[in-house]
Amino acid sequence: MNKDLITLTIDGQKVEVEKGTTILQAAKKVGIDIPTLCFLKEINEVGDCRMCIVEVEGRRGFATSCIQTVEEGMVVHTNSPAVLEARHVILDLIISNHSKDCLTCTRSGNCELQALSTKFNISNIEFEGQRLRHKIDDVSPSIVRDFNKCILCRRCVAACKNVQKVGAIDCINRGFESCISTAYDKSLNDVNCTNCGQCIQACPTGALHEKENINDVWPKLKDPDTYVIVQTAPAVRVALGEEFGMDIGTNVTGKMVTALKRLGFNKVFDTNTGADFTIMEEANEFIERFKSDDNLPMITSCSPGWVKYIEMNYPELLPHLSSCKSPHEMFGALLKTYYANKEGIDPKKIYVVSVMPCIAKKFERQRTEMQNDGMYDVDCVITTRELSRMIKQANIDFLTLEDTNFDSPMGEATGAAAIFGTTGGVMEAALRTAQDVLTGEDLKKIDFEQVRGEKGIKRATITIAGKELKVVAASGLANAQKIMEEIKSGKADYQFVEIMACPGGCIMGGGQPIKNSKIRSEVDVRKLRADSLYSIDEKSIIRKSHENPVLKKVYEDFLGKPGSETAHKLLHTKYYQREKYNI
Amino acid sequence: MEENEEAKQKRYKSKCEHKDEFLESLFVTYLPIKDNLIQMLNEIQEHYGYVPSDVQMKLSEFLKIPMAEIYGVVTFYSRFTLKPKGKYSISVCLGTACFVKGSQKIMDRLKERLKIEEGETTNDGKFSIEAQRCVGACGLAPVFTVNGKVYGKATVKMLDEVLDELEKE
Repeated sequence: MNKDLITLTIDGQKVEVEKGTTILQAAKKVGIDIPTLCFLKEINEVGDCRMCIVEVEGRRGFATSCIQTVEEGMVVHTNSPAVLEARHVILDLIISNHSKDCLTCTRSGNCELQALSTKFNISNIEFEGQRLRHKIDDVSPSIVRDFNKCILCRRCVAACKNVQKVGAIDCINRGFESCISTAYDKSLNDVNCTNCGQCIQACPTGALHEKENINDVWPKLKDPDTYVIVQTAPAVRVALGEEFGMDIGTNVTGKMVTALKRLGFNKVFDTNTGADFTIMEEANEFIERFKSDDNLPMITSCSPGWVKYIEMNYPELLPHLSSCKSPHEMFGALLKTYYANKEGIDPKKIYVVSVMPCIAKKFERQRTEMQNDGMYDVDCVITTRELSRMIKQANIDFLTLEDTNFDSPMGEATGAAAIFGTTGGVMEAALRTAQDVLTGEDLKKIDFEQVRGEKGIKRATITIAGKELKVVAASGLANAQKIMEEIKSGKADYQFVEIMACPGGCIMGGGQPIKNSKIRSEVDVRKLRADSLYSIDEKSIIRKSHENPVLKKVYEDFLGKPGSETAHKLLHTKYYQREKYNI
Repeated sequence: MEENEEAKQKRYKSKCEHKDEFLESLFVTYLPIKDNLIQMLNEIQEHYGYVPSDVQMKLSEFLKIPMAEIYGVVTFYSRFTLKPKGKYSISVCLGTACFVKGSQKIMDRLKERLKIEEGETTNDGKFSIEAQRCVGACGLAPVFTVNGKVYGKATVKMLDEVLDELEKE
């Protein structure tokens, strides 16, 4: 008998699992789905809410199955009358301090508390005691906190403090007054929050959600004097379908474009085209810096959560940051200059909407640097989730839509741009262009497997034009912090660093469809969405940004060459040291 | 009222003047490891009479602990306060034994005389009131303490006498 295997009985089912397995995991193996609430795999495994309690024969009290590991010969009951009764009371108590306004809640239908309430057929409110009431914090341009819906599960705290190593929120006060908030109970806007939105992804209820902007878009769509252009980020197309019940990672580009046209946008363009411009500018900037050994390593700047993080935490490293704006900002700037001029549209009448997997983009959009001639490059940012709501509200039956293509001439994009949505993708796309420019050849080896995959930090040494290049791609701010400490202490000898704020990159952004704890335990959401992006890249005819015909034409007619004065004016930006706390 | 505000400013100012010196020595005495948080907060509370927000910020940088977490700890333990305590911090025990022996009357009298509530400090910075839960002197119930000094078998009359004495200063 294998010493590392343990046999136990759960609800009469014999199960053999490895040592160190929790009862919760073991139960899954025999088709027993113990309810959880505070549990979030690998992020929050603390046994806090006690929803997952089980009875273990021969033991006093209940065990929390999400943290209790199995023991030889254990006999577990997950549905005995005592367990069911206790679980019911726990749920009643949690509900007693919740606002219970499901009809007006953005998470209705995708709320873990609501699902439990349904499962237990909660038909009356058992405990109507005093409730702690909070004012809603909606000052931040990205995140709204409504702690009247908070159940103190601490999943958001774990995501913010442990996964991202930001720690903008924590449990404050004591006893009945306990709540999740910031230092001095300030708005998220006044503390070290990066707007990454991982807290929203972690929240089981509607206590944390994005600042919704779709009501800014509807009137513009109906206004004949406004020319509304929409652009969609690479990560949106492999996640939007999930909101309509499609498999995780399904590529719905064609349906998405059709839906956007039906919504009434004047033009539907692709942020991937903007990403190709970013690569041209960023690769050019890198080559310049590489040749003159100036401010190396160069660090990418596409992720606005990351940009705010470095501005607050490592201002001394800001010169390393690429001066490139993120793809949708670059694209917005080009739409209001080059495109407006070409089509003879008054740029003041253009309203650019970006559909993003990201909520930090809502903050980025309103940065004062992101404008030209007094006009913001992008006028409104909505998330993947918000777009799905717009489609539903417009009575569009998404699943039956035919596929259509992005509009010309700003809708063509390369495979290199598609992989921008996943960690390592910006690096890979930039390397494809950099190696061609440095060698002057059309190189066929364009897959950089070393920077692909699930790891949070991916280091690689790549030989380009006879020169060795040390690169690293990191995703998640905790990993970013590790790389920054390496650079700060002089231990690092990288030339090129890619950072994305969200673990896994944009495909796992704060604005993407929210997956509940159960799905996140059982499915590798990141991999499914990333594979879909890599498959778009593989199927693309053009896979190098500098070969994008649109890009060639815009440089020829308008921008000159990468890094030109016009390019700098429109496509590049500046960064500032930012105070962490305004207290 | 104006005078009081002036006194308050003066008090704050005198605190600010030696603030950095104290913190600097604290950051030399302690290693920047998370485990030192409570002990350092104790010293800070002792020194300033409360835990000022800018000190929390500096402590957050020093220990590499997010400020929200430090604030969480400060608001969890009743020994730490966010507002300056008075020169004389008066605590009335409202634990079971003292309460049964009528300590609420002492608390009520204290609030009436100083015209402040629990957890508050008088405008001149001289007095602050805290409620305590058992100081471990139930045999002497009811008790109140002034800067840690215990007054046992307390009465409203005894409180009045102590306050009269302190107000003369």
